[in-house]
Amino acid sequence: MSTSSSARPSAPVKRETFSSRRLFILSAIGSAVGLGNIWRFPYIAYDNGGGAFLLPYLAALLTAGIPLLFLDYAVGHKFRGSAPLAYRRLHRAAEPLGWWQVLVCFVIAAYYAVIIAWSLMYTIFSFTEAWGDDAEGFFFGNFLAVAEAPGLGFEFVPSVFFPLLLTWAAVIAIMVAGIRKGISRANAVLLPLLMVMFLLLVVQSLFLPGAADGLNAFFTPDWSALGNPSVWAAAYGHIFFSLSVGYGIMVTYSSYLKRRTDLTGSGMVVAFSNSGFEILAGIGVFAALGFMAQASGAAVGDVVTQGIGLAFIAFPTIVSQAPFGALMGVLFFGSLVFAGVTSLISVLEVIVAAVQDKLGWGRVHASVVVSVLVAAVSLSLFPTATGLYLLDTSDAFVNSFGITLGALVTVVVLAWFLRKLPLLSAHLNRISTIKMRRTWMVLVAGIVPLALIYMVANEFITKISTTYEGYPDWFVGIFGWGMAGGLIVLALVLTFIPWSSRSKAHHDPEYDSVVANEAKETAL
Amino acid sequence: MTPIAIIMMIVAIVTVWGGLALALINLQRHPEDEGALPEEQAWEL
Repeated sequence: MSTSSSARPSAPVKRETFSSRRLFILSAIGSAVGLGNIWRFPYIAYDNGGGAFLLPYLAALLTAGIPLLFLDYAVGHKFRGSAPLAYRRLHRAAEPLGWWQVLVCFVIAAYYAVIIAWSLMYTIFSFTEAWGDDAEGFFFGNFLAVAEAPGLGFEFVPSVFFPLLLTWAAVIAIMVAGIRKGISRANAVLLPLLMVMFLLLVVQSLFLPGAADGLNAFFTPDWSALGNPSVWAAAYGHIFFSLSVGYGIMVTYSSYLKRRTDLTGSGMVVAFSNSGFEILAGIGVFAALGFMAQASGAAVGDVVTQGIGLAFIAFPTIVSQAPFGALMGVLFFGSLVFAGVTSLISVLEVIVAAVQDKLGWGRVHASVVVSVLVAAVSLSLFPTATGLYLLDTSDAFVNSFGITLGALVTVVVLAWFLRKLPLLSAHLNRISTIKMRRTWMVLVAGIVPLALIYMVANEFITKISTTYEGYPDWFVGIFGWGMAGGLIVLALVLTFIPWSSRSKAHHDPEYDSVVANEAKETAL
Repeated sequence: MTPIAIIMMIVAIVTVWGGLALALINLQRHPEDEGALPEEQAWEL
């Protein structure tokens, strides 16, 4: 193979593909199932009506999550490119949307890896229950050595730095190996492993005393919550983040799909697997929290937390108290590591693919340069005494004004300004088994932007009325607002940098032949 | 567990995992269409 490519130096490299639909589905599930499914969904559901939350949740999934997922699939699959190239091929004016998504992924990748590194350490800590009887003091004090006040310091914390280095080394190896040998294989191994480990964790939690109380708290419906608009907003908000839609991942992954692939049929499996995993996580987490409440003589409502507090304070406490706690810790933190890695590689792939397309670089070149660059930023900013403040701030702002605002602008531009939905609907319906016609267009052009406008407005008002978390103004100004605004400016700058002469934007016979074939098929 | 919590748990599992089962059945009924279009284009002479 290598001789044939050197014999024809001018022949462009073929675009990589997933070798089967099954591997694409596994990788897309791996991307969608992340930390949020485990540590965010259970709390959101509990806090927004318990069992009654199922209604707004399913409504959000069917009327916004899945339609937006298919929009991403259609763009990536029809225009066969990284986010910037795919949007550019859709319309020249849409290119900055792609770069915006690439930059959002850059920020997310930099801090997401840090949480994987923590989880890696906590998997090891589980054996000895290193946190003793003060999980909170251990996490913030001994482990993270968090500084008193937010700032930008370079006091490195070795117990975070080295596992983070290890995480990046593993991730870089996966990225360099490419779609088939790297991303597909990693997902084919890690996702089934995650499922088995998490199932074992759920079963173990269900046998703990007090588990039933936890499940009662989680599933008992509060029907009055359905009259509260904020509950519906929480459902739409959660679905957007949970499905990994609207920031380039699904555009990128679907661009590696073979031409004749059932997009919507595959997407339904991805979407419902993601939700199925969340329900499972809710059962496991609340069974464990029920046990924790009983052990400490408190009500379930008093011990409920989410995010970092759930994973690194509540769970260690549970591990210390539960029979076979060490096993439980390994299963829980190991699940976080695997769920995190399969999501992180999808986030990185958005950037790698964009660099490959823009500069005409090969896989190895682009993935090494991109991964090392993101790793360098990640390693220099986050494993420090002030890293937690930075992580918290960048996460909050990139979610609100990167992902959510970005998704809103993308949907409005595609649906209302460029009016591309009929074209994309036709593409989805060419091969797919579940047809997306008028209803899909109404949902994407109507319900989705309405939900997103509500979310963005809400976030804007909250974040402008009080300084985020009471952190210093300059800190939130630079790493919150400044970062989020900087991404938009930089996206425009990247759009104006010309595409390399070797780039596929100028010369892509493979894409041209696909376009020609499709034109022929339509004419028949 | 209280009856209402049990009912809601069953409803949640049946709708979400049932949805997954339906999606899988749909996909299985429509196997990948490998032959229709040569994906690996023949090497040019």
